[in-house]
Formats: sequence, C-alpha cells, structure tokens
Amino acid sequence: MTPPILEIEDLTVSFDGFNALNHLSFQMETGELRVIIGPNGAGKTTFLDVITGKVKPTQGRVLFKGRNLRRYSEDQIARFGIGRKFQTPRVYLNLTVRENLELAGARQKGVLSTLLHPLPKPDRERIQALIETIGLRPKANFPAGLLSHGEKQWLEIGMLVAQSPDLLLVDEPVAGLTDEETRLTGELLVALAENHSIIVIEHDMEFVRQIARTVTVLHEGSVLCEGSIEEVQNDPRVIEVYLGAPLEEPTSQKQP
Amino acid sequence: MPKLPKLSFPKHRISAPELGVVAALALVLIFIMPLVLPGFRLDLLHRYLALAIVALGIDLIWGFTGLLSLGHGIFFALGGYAIAMHIKLQVPAGAASPLPDFMTLYGVTELPWFWYPFYSFAFAAVAVVLIPALLGAILGYLVFRNRIRGVYFSILTQAAIIVFFNFFNGQQKLFNGTNGLTDFQTLLGVPVRDAQTQYWFYVLTVIFLALAYLLCRWLTMGRFGRLLVAIRDDEARVRFSGYNPTSYKVLVFAISAALAGIGGAFFTLRTGIISPRAMDIAFSIEMVIWVAVGGRASLIGAILGALLVNFARSLLSEQFADIWLFFQGALFLIVVLALPTGIVGWLRTESHLFLARLLGRPQPLATYPELELDPEIQYERDVLKQEGKHPS
Repeated sequence: MTPPILEIEDLTVSFDGFNALNHLSFQMETGELRVIIGPNGAGKTTFLDVITGKVKPTQGRVLFKGRNLRRYSEDQIARFGIGRKFQTPRVYLNLTVRENLELAGARQKGVLSTLLHPLPKPDRERIQALIETIGLRPKANFPAGLLSHGEKQWLEIGMLVAQSPDLLLVDEPVAGLTDEETRLTGELLVALAENHSIIVIEHDMEFVRQIARTVTVLHEGSVLCEGSIEEVQNDPRVIEVYLGAPLEEPTSQKQP
Repeated sequence: MPKLPKLSFPKHRISAPELGVVAALALVLIFIMPLVLPGFRLDLLHRYLALAIVALGIDLIWGFTGLLSLGHGIFFALGGYAIAMHIKLQVPAGAASPLPDFMTLYGVTELPWFWYPFYSFAFAAVAVVLIPALLGAILGYLVFRNRIRGVYFSILTQAAIIVFFNFFNGQQKLFNGTNGLTDFQTLLGVPVRDAQTQYWFYVLTVIFLALAYLLCRWLTMGRFGRLLVAIRDDEARVRFSGYNPTSYKVLVFAISAALAGIGGAFFTLRTGIISPRAMDIAFSIEMVIWVAVGGRASLIGAILGALLVNFARSLLSEQFADIWLFFQGALFLIVVLALPTGIVGWLRTESHLFLARLLGRPQPLATYPELELDPEIQYERDVLKQEGKHPS
C-alpha cells in the first residue's frame, strides 16, 4: 500500500516557549485537494513552513511519501516534490516572466547543468504552454516587476506548476485579486487537482466553497475539526473560535 | 487578429558581433594605444587594465549575486605574491646566496618549504589563479553554508583581510614583511623591467581582460546568470524552487577571487612590487567604488568604472595632490544618490530621455510592441473606436 502523501504526527513547533503548532496531527492522501482555514495566528503559515523545511519541528515528525523530512534542507525538500506559493507573490522582479518560469521549471537544479545544459526542448514547450495558460504571453518578455498584483499571483502559481511538484502548498492564492481573477484561480486549482495533491490555505469563504472537498480547521496550533465545508461550517466549535459569529462574517473580507 | 510570434528562448552563446567588438577593442589597445599614448600614460593604462580584471570579478559577485566583498585585496595580493615569489627565486648566477635577497638579510639559511614549488614557472602561473580560487572557495563555503549574508558577509571579509594583512606584514623571513617582494630581475630569462618585456605584459593583460570579460559574459547571460540575479533578489525563494544557492555562490566567489588574483599578478608585474599594502582595507573598498561608478550588474560598467575612476585619480592627484580623497568620497556620494545604477545604467535607461529634453524633442513614449498584440488591448481599442474616442 502506498503511504499517504503527507503524514504529520504529533507536531509541535515552539518559538521561545510559544507553541505556534501544538501536538498537531494531520494526514492527507495522494490526489487530495485540502483546504486549511483558521483564524489569524492559528499556525497556518507555520504549518507550511515546517513542511517545506523553513522551520524545523521542536517535536514530532513530518513524513512526505513516508520519508521523514527533518534532516533535509528547503531545496532538497523542494526537489523531493513539494512546491510552495507564498502569501504575497514572490517572483523575481528583475527577471522576465519567461526567465522566472525557466528557473522554476528546469528539472536539473545543479550548478553544472544550469551552467552548461540549455533547457531541453520538451521543457521549453512546457513553459511556452504554461505562459499561455496563465495568460501572460503578451508580457512574456517583461520584467516581472512590471506586472500587476494579480499577474504576479498567476506567475507564481505558474512557477509552482512549472516545478511540477507532487504536493502543492498554496498560501492565500486569491488575496487581493478581483472576483473574476478569484474565480479563474479556483478553476485553475481544481484543474491542477486532477493530477496533483494540493493544500490551500485561504480566508475567503466564497473561494473555499468553490474549490473545497475536505476542509481542515486549525486553531491555536492544532486541528480543531475536519470534514466537508457544510460539516465544518455547522460545527459549533468552529463557530465559537470565529468569535461566536457565523463563519462568514469575520472572514469574508479579503486581505488587502 | 495578429498572432503573437512563438516565444523565443535565447541561445546561451556569445554572439559573433559581440566577439568581434571585443576583439577589435583588444586590438586597438594592443596596437594603437602604445603609439598614441606617451610611455607614462601607457604605464598607467596597463595598471588600470589589470585593475579592470579585478573589477569584473567584483561585479560578478556584487552586481549580479549581491555579495558585497570588502576583502578582495586578499586575492589580489595572493596573485601578486604568487608571481613575485617565482621571480624572486630567479637569483642571478653570481649571487652570494641562492636564496631570494631579502632572506639573507634576515639570516634565513634554508628556503622555506612552500617556496620550493615556485621555482617552476608553470606552478607559479597556475598558483596565480588557483590559490585565490581555492581560498575563495573554502572561505565562501564556510560562510555561505552557514547562511551568512548581507552586511555580516561584508564584515567577515573585512575581518579576513585584516588577518591576512597582519600575517603577511609580520612575516619578514617568509615574505619580507612590510616591504613586500620587490626588486624584480628576470622572468623566464628576460629582464622584467625591460620596456619590451613590459609591452608583452601589457599585451597579455589586454588578452586576459578580454578573456575575463568573455568568461563573465558567458556566465551571466544564460540561465546560470539569471539564477545569480535571483539569488541576489530573493535567496530564500531560490531554495523553495529547489536550488541550493550555496554551491552557486561558492562557484562565483571562487571565480571572482581567481580574477582578482590574475589582476594582482599583472599589476605586480607592472609596478614591480607586491606588499601587504595591497591588502589595505581602503584599496578593497575602492574596488567596489569602481564598480558602483561604472554600473553594477554591467560588465562594461565594471571595466569602464575601473579605468575612469583610476584615471580621474591620477589626473586629479597630479594637479591637486591633496584633494583626491575628497573627490573620491564625493564621487561615491554622487553615484549613490544621483546615479544608483552607475554610468552604464544611466546610459541604458535614462540618457535618451535626457538627450531628448536637451534637444527640445518630444519625450518618446514608452511602450512595448508585443503589448499591441494583446487581445484585451485590441478589444479595448475597438470599443474606444466605436465610441469615437480613440485618436486613430
């Protein structure tokens, strides 16, 4: 039997005595699209930091395809097949759209192959197609610094896809996007979920409803509950942690 | 609707025209300049071309990769010492002692062990490149592996250069201490200070500068170069894309150190002396100023900066010996405040606007030809046209 793509056991991360994650356990099967929600400070971003190796667990284990990630650095973990999109788009502003995607999409990440081997033709075609998909063909040779916020978000999602990871971690992909862009991003993620495992962290409940199958709610560094969007929304504990208000009210505002 | 052309992926190859221009400039320097310039100026030009090789290395690590080294004097000096040690071992046949002259002065009776390999010219020539490169690689590995970056990296390079300065300064018996290695006699059997020999050193310097330029150009033009810029702009992000920045930084740091070593060797051959003064902190900072003035992340800028700042220095200090340091400070301030991208950066982005304003021409409108083909823009243009608002 294949192990679950991601398995987290009794994970605790503390910063100077403060437990950002507190005995958290989590499991996800290959091919799943999982949405993680939770109030501010629930530990959502730390959760991604631990999976990608930016933060090492104080206690507990993170297993990716059955492999304990503790010993590995961020770049090794990325090469194992975990890709991450950041909350605020982080693209290389001085490089063009094409160059951004080329760096992310190159299969060989070693010094010598980067220096000596041109990108093979299938990779170039893949990147060309990706640029069309994210709608940036007319701006392919622009420095990414000239793109709008929404275009940067899309470019970063494109970079994530170019990396062709098995597990995509997507942190607030629709923050600051227009409704139309949000809808398109949702469609893109659902399409990607056909052949990737994806974790999405999001505040925007409209958006969560569009894409979610299973939702995990984090609260104070632990999993509060898990289930379909309806189950979660009707769970009294969830309603309580969102300040006793209905789930939508405090979260429907988008991040600036 | 016109269709956008297929996306082009540039080849990682230096184009023939560029090679031609580099070769032509090298030929001008080799054949024309000696005829045009008086001997004294040619001497200076030779020194500054050697320094330009160093500047290329600084640009590679600072301009492209964002590593501000304030200790490149170490590598410069090591290159200089390597070639000088070989020359000092060319003891004339009639000399009283087979040791380099300064050693007898300090009562050394046996050649220190590490001097022996420098009897071989081939070893010395390789050492000019390899010793700085290896040291750069080792230092770089230790520093970059521990993720020391930014200002902490710069401070470490300063600490390193003080260590090296004190070591060389204190070792009279090994390196003649403060006085350094000087009084060169022969190299490969020809007198070093001979005008003809110096001309050949000059030719070699030009050739090595051209090669160094082409090497740096090749390194920075392709995907590797883009990755250096990515490391400069957002190193953490590079890790999450699956690259380990350490190996990239170690490699460019070692190459940069090797270039400083080559520059130091040619500079030493011209000036006839290498001493711990080459490891003065001020000199290492000057190297950075050349690149800042010429234009960071522009290889032409690095060469231009090294030549311009140094010629300005020699002209000014001929006229007003006292004010050069003030001028250098002012120059650095002006560049930082008014020309943050250096001379070449300004030429690239703003000079045409400035010229247009000067000539009273209308300012050219910035636009992107490929945008004209964007279907959305086409659509909006059509809508505007229907409403009768669009000028065309």
